[in-house]
Order: sequence, then structure tokens, then C-alpha cells
Amino acid sequence: MSTQGYVSVDAPVRMITMDVDGRPVKVREGTTILEACKTAEIDTPTLCYASNLTPVNACRVCVVELEGARVLVPACARKAEAGMKVKTDTERVRHSRRLVLEFLGSSVDLSTASKSTHEWIATYEANPARFGADASMPPPPAASAAGETASHDRDHAEPGHHASPDVSSAATVAQAPKLDNDLYMRDYSKCILCYKCVEACGDDAQNTFAIGVAGRGFDARISTEFVVPLTDSACVYCGNCIGVCPTGALMFNTEYRMRKDGTWDESKQKVTSTICPYCGVGCDLELHVQANEIVKVTSPADNSVTSGHLCIKGRFGFSFVGNK
Amino acid sequence: MDLHFTTDVPTDDEREAIDAVLGPDEASSPDGAPRVAMQNRGTPERRSLVLPALHALQAREGWISPGGLNHIARRLGVPPAELFGVATFYAMFSVEKRPKTVVHVCDDVVCRVNGATEVAMACRERIGPTHEENEGLMWIKSPCLGLCERAPAVLIQKAGRGRGNETLAPATTEWIRASVEDKKLVVEPPLLVGPATGRRLLARVGVVDPMSLDAYRAHGGYAALRRAIDIGPSLTIREVKDAKLLGRGGAAFPTGVKWEAVAQQPARPHYVVCNADESEPGTFKDRVVMEGDPFALVEAMTIAGYAMAAEKGFIYLRGEYPLAKALLENAIAAARVRGFLGDNVMGAGFRFDLELRCGAGAYICGEETALFNSLEGKRGEPRNKPPFPASHGLFGKPTGINNVETLVNVNLILGMGATAYAALGTPGSTGTRLFCVSGHIERPGTYEVDCGTPLSRLLEMAGGVRPGRTIKAILLGGAAGGFIGPNELDLPLSFEAARERGVTLGSGVVAVFDQSVDLVDTLLRIAQFFRDESCGQCVPCRVGTVRQEEALHRIAQKRTLGTLGDEVKLLDEIGQVMKDASICGLGQTAASAIQSAVTRLKVFEGGA
Ligand SMILES: Cc1cc2nc3c(=O)[nH]c(=O)nc-3n(C[C@H](O)[C@H](O)[C@H](O)COP(=O)(O)O)c2cc1C
Ligand code: SF4
Ligand code: SF4
Ligand code: SF4
Ligand code: FES
Ligand code: FES
Repeated sequence: MSTQGYVSVDAPVRMITMDVDGRPVKVREGTTILEACKTAEIDTPTLCYASNLTPVNACRVCVVELEGARVLVPACARKAEAGMKVKTDTERVRHSRRLVLEFLGSSVDLSTASKSTHEWIATYEANPARFGADASMPPPPAASAAGETASHDRDHAEPGHHASPDVSSAATVAQAPKLDNDLYMRDYSKCILCYKCVEACGDDAQNTFAIGVAGRGFDARISTEFVVPLTDSACVYCGNCIGVCPTGALMFNTEYRMRKDGTWDESKQKVTSTICPYCGVGCDLELHVQANEIVKVTSPADNSVTSGHLCIKGRFGFSFVGNK
Repeated sequence: MDLHFTTDVPTDDEREAIDAVLGPDEASSPDGAPRVAMQNRGTPERRSLVLPALHALQAREGWISPGGLNHIARRLGVPPAELFGVATFYAMFSVEKRPKTVVHVCDDVVCRVNGATEVAMACRERIGPTHEENEGLMWIKSPCLGLCERAPAVLIQKAGRGRGNETLAPATTEWIRASVEDKKLVVEPPLLVGPATGRRLLARVGVVDPMSLDAYRAHGGYAALRRAIDIGPSLTIREVKDAKLLGRGGAAFPTGVKWEAVAQQPARPHYVVCNADESEPGTFKDRVVMEGDPFALVEAMTIAGYAMAAEKGFIYLRGEYPLAKALLENAIAAARVRGFLGDNVMGAGFRFDLELRCGAGAYICGEETALFNSLEGKRGEPRNKPPFPASHGLFGKPTGINNVETLVNVNLILGMGATAYAALGTPGSTGTRLFCVSGHIERPGTYEVDCGTPLSRLLEMAGGVRPGRTIKAILLGGAAGGFIGPNELDLPLSFEAARERGVTLGSGVVAVFDQSVDLVDTLLRIAQFFRDESCGQCVPCRVGTVRQEEALHRIAQKRTLGTLGDEVKLLDEIGQVMKDASICGLGQTAASAIQSAVTRLKVFEGGA
């Protein structure tokens, strides 16, 4: 994952020295602890962080121990300061990272999450099943305790109220996938609530604000206003949310259908880089081709023109060409 | 940027209610237009009208309708999906149609040992199951309503023209019936504040008419502001520093240091904010101050504004406090008319004005940065710190934020002088403190004692437990605090003694439980509270509070995964990550009461 900082290229670059795991590390002033870890060649798990979005530091999988701080700090958001002493591999750090991965693995279907997510689960020996559920398995229909409970449907959960827990299994965010338009689908059973899609749709890229975070606590979810289908929302199908989603909760319909049919096979896919022909901007596209059909279109997150973001024509124009 | 709208339009009633808050609608594009071009997203201060507008809609219709939401979104230039995210954050707003009268029955830790079960049973008999409409009525359970000294408590949310919310405590079936039928049977019981001797912060409560500015002045009111003006802003801050006042909102931060930091910020404008969100279960002292002596808070805020060079202050009041709201509105209006607020405060040539804003049912909005977001019309999600409020607070500007009790202490400090004030209490904890004594106790109420007074003395003042009963546990500091056992009553009520014993006084909660309490049931309620009140932003707290509650239920139902010891260990591991890796104090303390019950009370030894 790229870890570009937020220093403008014009600013005079000052280097500062800090200490990571007992080694002195030099980084540019104004960057983050994450950057320092990267400079020191220390792999740091990140889920909600993306180089092309404002950090929300919500997942907390990147936490490190900072000398003098009462609690752990998120490496992705905490600014590096001269003289900081950071430890990335203490028992406390490992415990928090493991538990965060277990919390996510036990509540969210991570089956299509990034390869690195699964590697981190292995590295930290996370065992999501120890809470009594494995969220990648189809969950039993939620049994609600008699009489006393608010609606169990996640899209209509009431803030401040929830059904008494069912002791036979651990709660998950499972719900039916939303297939409400021709281009892409949303399966929020796979949503880790990293806020990336909301940022990509809003201030950080698209300025459309079709989706937001609704509800609170465990019932917080990504939603349109009043859960209207995307076709009634402000969505313009730029697909930028799909581009940033780390778990496959948002997916091209082509990919979704092929996965369902069992024909999706990344080992048989070729990625071809090209320039989008639709307008004069010249966005870089990556066409993912399987069996001579374009199955998905992306753009590199570190691309200077797109920062990974496209419009409906670049994102979906080709898939029409190939598939219909 | 364009805003896109669904086809839903507001009714005339909805439009009227919302426009009453937002001012006349002069926009060119009417409700119902699918796309509206926004030149910009409006000023931050304008956006901060989101919460008042949602309150107006909810109060008129009993719910946030799609048409009403579209109208607010269009008028304030907020995307509807984002506004929906705000509305669904708060428990007092409903985005599903609801009856116009909803009875919220507190079943939190104090009420549930003092009559809540009976109230809930009566509601179930007359209305039916929770969350279901029956003949224009609905009832649901509620977290602590801040009326614990008069448990059991009920809040009745009443929508419609000319109606308003009402709290009842102690709640009887007769009162509930009268209130839902809009009959004025309810008499506000007197405020319970303990003996008159030793009351300084509470000296006027129950003695002076809280509606009357003249009465306030006749009892020493506005002498403190006069003195502040006489000595000037920097000496005022000096006084607060010399008094060694520590914040009473929970974190015990030195108030003078905070004020100085804000005053020194070059960025403008500065703001001052009063944190009157008081939602920590078991806490009600701030409500008693605001209901009994509202002008004192207005005066203290004015001093804070003067000292920190802020021209504008906000009081963020818990949404479930209708009486405090009415009294503060009256106090602010009266102070404005008489020149104690406005362009030339007390003729001294400085400008300061106050606005009252109400929360809408979200404990997390008491966390200072969540409070700023809420005030700004956003979801009440805490911000990452640093940066701190002193430099980046409300609207990103330097902001001094303090608890109600902290602020009224400033009146006292300026009145008696820092030296005399600092002589009260202990060297490490100066002044007096308000304690919220409730539960199984003869005379529950708000008690003011010098810092350092032993807990046993406080309990004595409150009459002790009922005859023939013994204390089993005391919850100190609220759900975010911890339990102590009957062997620890010698605890001096000071910050330093509490720290030394590994407990916290938090917001001054002293909830007493005698041997009749089912402690595991209390723990389940606390776990439920944190699961309900987590903002959901960060994984350790969002999922950790769920896993914690599940583990406790498995223990309570004897359906443990592995042995009881395994579950206790799992609880400890969950608690550790919440404490270490959560963004804010909610997640960081969500396990502390439960952990204290395990370690100090040995609640699970010998089985659940
Ligand atoms: C979850 C949470 C809830 C809080 N609720 C309140 C509250 O209701 N009232 C309050 O004064 N402080 C509350 N606080 C503490 C505030 O964040 C802040 O420390 C306080 O307003 C500072 O004022 P003080 O220095 O006068 O105590 C809360 C903190 C957390 C983490
Ligand atoms: S496709 Fe584009 S406009 Fe639609 S929700 Fe995703 S980011 Fe927003
Ligand atoms: S849908 Fe994907 S991008 Fe959006 S919050 Fe969920 S996991 Fe993140
Ligand atoms: S600790 Fe809990 S309440 Fe605080 S930011 Fe995280 S999820 Fe929200
Ligand atoms: S990657 Fe740092 S908090 Fe999510
Ligand atoms: S009002 Fe019910 S517990 Fe506080």
C-alpha cells in the first residue's frame, strides 16, 4: 500500500528524526508515524487508511505504542514529531491488532477482502471464531428475544436500542446484498465501515454525497437517505466507491455474477493499462480482462491524474462494450 | 455542487415548523425540484442549525419524514444522505413514522432497583410490547434520564403544535396517564439538595426563584462578573489558576490552564462552550444547578467569554432536560434584556452572547469533540486528538469547553477570592464537589461537600441505607467509573485519594446498592448501555462493546464458551483492546465498571 504523505511538493522539506523499535528513522516533517514505519521497512497493517483519502483512523488496526501516551495511537493519522519513540511490536500492540482483526473477522464477511487482510489475520494469529461465530459462514436468521426488541433489520435499526444478544452465536452485520442497479452491487455484510466509500463519494473526490454513515454503534451502516435504492439517490455511477472499498462489499455486477457462477478467476485475468478515450482529461485505466471480456475497470490510486478516481464512462463504458 | 432530492415534499405544517427555526424561505428552487445547485455548502454557523431544525420537525410531527428532511437539506445546503446520517445518530429522532406520544421509561442502573420494573409492567399492560404503536401511544425503554434521585423516571416525548416533552419522577401511572392526555396534573417536586449548611455552589438552589433575575441579583448574583470586569481578563484567569480548580466533567483537567491556552490563541474568533450534556448514568447534579440556579450558569459563561476573549458562547444541553431548557431560555432572555448579555455587557464595553442548543439522545455527545461535531450539525462522532479544543474546537476555532459545575465554581472563586477558595477541600482537590447520591439510600439527592470528605460521611448525610439493609456495592463515577465494596467507605472524596485507590469520582456519581441488588443484572445493563451508546466509528469499541455484552449474557445464562474462567479472561482481553485502542473515552472506559466488579467485588467467584 502506498503511504504518500501530505506535504505539498513546493514546501521546503525538513527532515526529522524519531525512534522506531529502537532504531533512528529520518522522515519528512509533517508525515505520519506510518510513513516512519515504512521507511524503517516495518509492515504495518492498515484497513481504513488510503493514500488518496483523508485519514479517518477508525479501524485502529495500525495502532502503535508511543512513549508518553496513555493509550496506543493510530500510526496512519498521528503526525511524526522529532524525538518521538514508537514501538510497533510490543505485546500490547500485538494484542490490540489481533483483537481488532478478530472483531472484524467475527462480525464481517471478509471472504473477498484484500489479500493483505488475510495475511495480517495469519500474522497476528487472529481467531475470529473464538467469540462463537465466523462471519464468513452464512449466519442463522437472527433470532430476536420475544417481545422486547427493536427491529432487527440493520437498515432500520433504531439508535440507542438493540435486541438482547442471542447467546448461541456472535452478532454479525449480515444482511441481504443490495442489487438495485445495472452497474454495481452493494453487499454490506462485507462492510468494515472504513468510511472510504463515503469519502470518495463526498469531499475527497466525487462531491456527489449519495451515501453517508447512518445509525450508530454496531448498527452504524452505509446508507442513502431513507435507504432509497441507488437509482433514486444522487449516485452518478462513477464507481469511485468501488475503487476504494477494501473488502469487496462494493462490486461490479460483472464480478458479482461471475463469482456467483463460479467463473471468477483472478489467475486467468490480464490487466491492461490504457488511456480513457471518452474525454480530453486522459485518465489512466486498468482493464481487467478474463476470457476476452472486460470484467472490471480500475485506475491506480497513486496516479497523478485520477488518484484512482474515474467517472461513469471510464469506469463502466468499457464493461458495456465487452459484456453486452 | 448539485444537491439531488427524492420526490418527497414537506407538508405545510412541516415547512412551517422548520422555517420557524431557519427563517423565511427565500430560495428560488422550491421543494420538489430534483436537483438544486449549491453555490457553496453554506457557512458552518448556518449548518449548525441542523439540530434545531431536526428538533422542530420531530417536535411537530413525531418523526423525521422524508419530505421534512428534504426541506431541511435544501434550506441548509446539506446533502440528504448526510442529513439522514445525522438524524439516525440520535435516539430522540425517529426516521420511521411514530405515534405523537412516546413514553421513555428509564430502566438504567438506579431506576431498575427503584421501581422501573413496575412502571415498565404498567406500560406493557396498558400499551403493549415496547416499540409498537397502540392507539396513538408507544413506549420504549431508556438509558438514565438524569433524574435518579427521584427514581423511577420517565420522559414523555409529545409531538404536535403546542405540545412539548415532559419528565416525570417519581413516575406514577396516574401521572403518566395525565401527561399523555395533556392534562396539567404534574407538580414539579422540590429539588433534593441536602442540608443548607456547607452549600456554596448550591446556596441559591431551592431558595431563590430560578425565573427571576432580580432575585438572583438580590442573592449575590453578578457580583462575580463585576469583579472579573474590575480585575480584567488575565487576572481573572490568574484567579482560576490560583484556585487550582479542576474540571468536574470527569477528566479533572486544570481549568485555569485550559482558559489560558485558549486566551493565548492568535486565531479568531474564540468560542466558549458549556458541556451540559450530562448523560453519564447516575449523574444529575448539573441538572439541579440549571433548574435551581440557571442565572449562575449564564453569569459564569459570561465570565468565561470575557476571560477567553470569546464573543459567543453555546450551552449544549442534554435533550432530555425540558425543565432546564425552559429555565435557561428564560435566564438568557432576561439577561439580554437587562444588558448582562449583548453588545455592551454590564456597560463594560465587551460583547458576549449565549445560545442554548439541545442534544437529542446520545451519551457520546458529552465527549467534547463529539459535542463540537454535534453542535456543527454533524454526526456526534469524536475527533482524533491532537489537535485539542484549545486550538481546534468548535468550527475549528480555539474553544474553551467546561462542565456546568466547573463553570459555576468560577463564580464562587471570584466571589471569595482564590486564596480562600483554595483553602477549601484538600491541597490536591480544592473547593467543594457535588455528588449525585442515589439508589438504595434513605435521602437521595445532590450533596455538596468539601473535597476530601470521607465517603462514609456523605452516605451518613444522605441517611444511609434503609433500616435492616447493608451496602453491597457502590458505583462511583457512573457507568464509565467503577464499583467499590462496603469495605472501602473510608475513601476520601478527592481526586488524589481516588487515583491512589484506583477508582474515579468521574462525574460525581455515588449510586448505592444494598444486598437486594442483582449485580450481574446491573452489569448487563451497563454493557447494554455502552453497546447502545458507542458512536460506531472505531472497531475496538463498536464491536468490543457487543462482544463484551455477549460474553456477560453467556455467563448470566450459564452458556459459557469453555469455562467461566475462560469467559472472564475473554472479557479481560476485550476490555484491554477497548482501553488501549479506542478513539475516545467511551470505548476506553466501556469495560471499567465490569472489570471493577470482577476484580474488586469478585462478582463471578463461586459462579455467576
Ligand atoms: C463518553 C464521554 C461522555 C462525556 N460526557 C460528559 C458530560 O456529559 N458532561 C461533561 O461535562 N463532560 C463530559 N465528558 C468529558 C468531556 O469530554 C470534557 O472532558 C469536559 O467537558 C471538560 O470540562 P471540564 O474540564 O470542566 O470537566 C464526557 C467524556 C466522554 C469520553
Ligand atoms: S458510484 Fe460514485 S456517485 Fe455513486 S455512490 Fe459510488 S462514489 Fe458515489
Ligand atoms: S462499503 Fe467498503 S468502502 Fe464503504 S465503508 Fe464499507 S468496507 Fe469501506
Ligand atoms: S471509542 Fe466508541 S464512542 Fe469513541 S470514537 Fe470509538 S466507537 Fe465512537
Ligand atoms: S489504518 Fe489507521 S486507523 Fe485504520
Ligand atoms: S434516571 Fe433512571 S437511572 Fe438515572
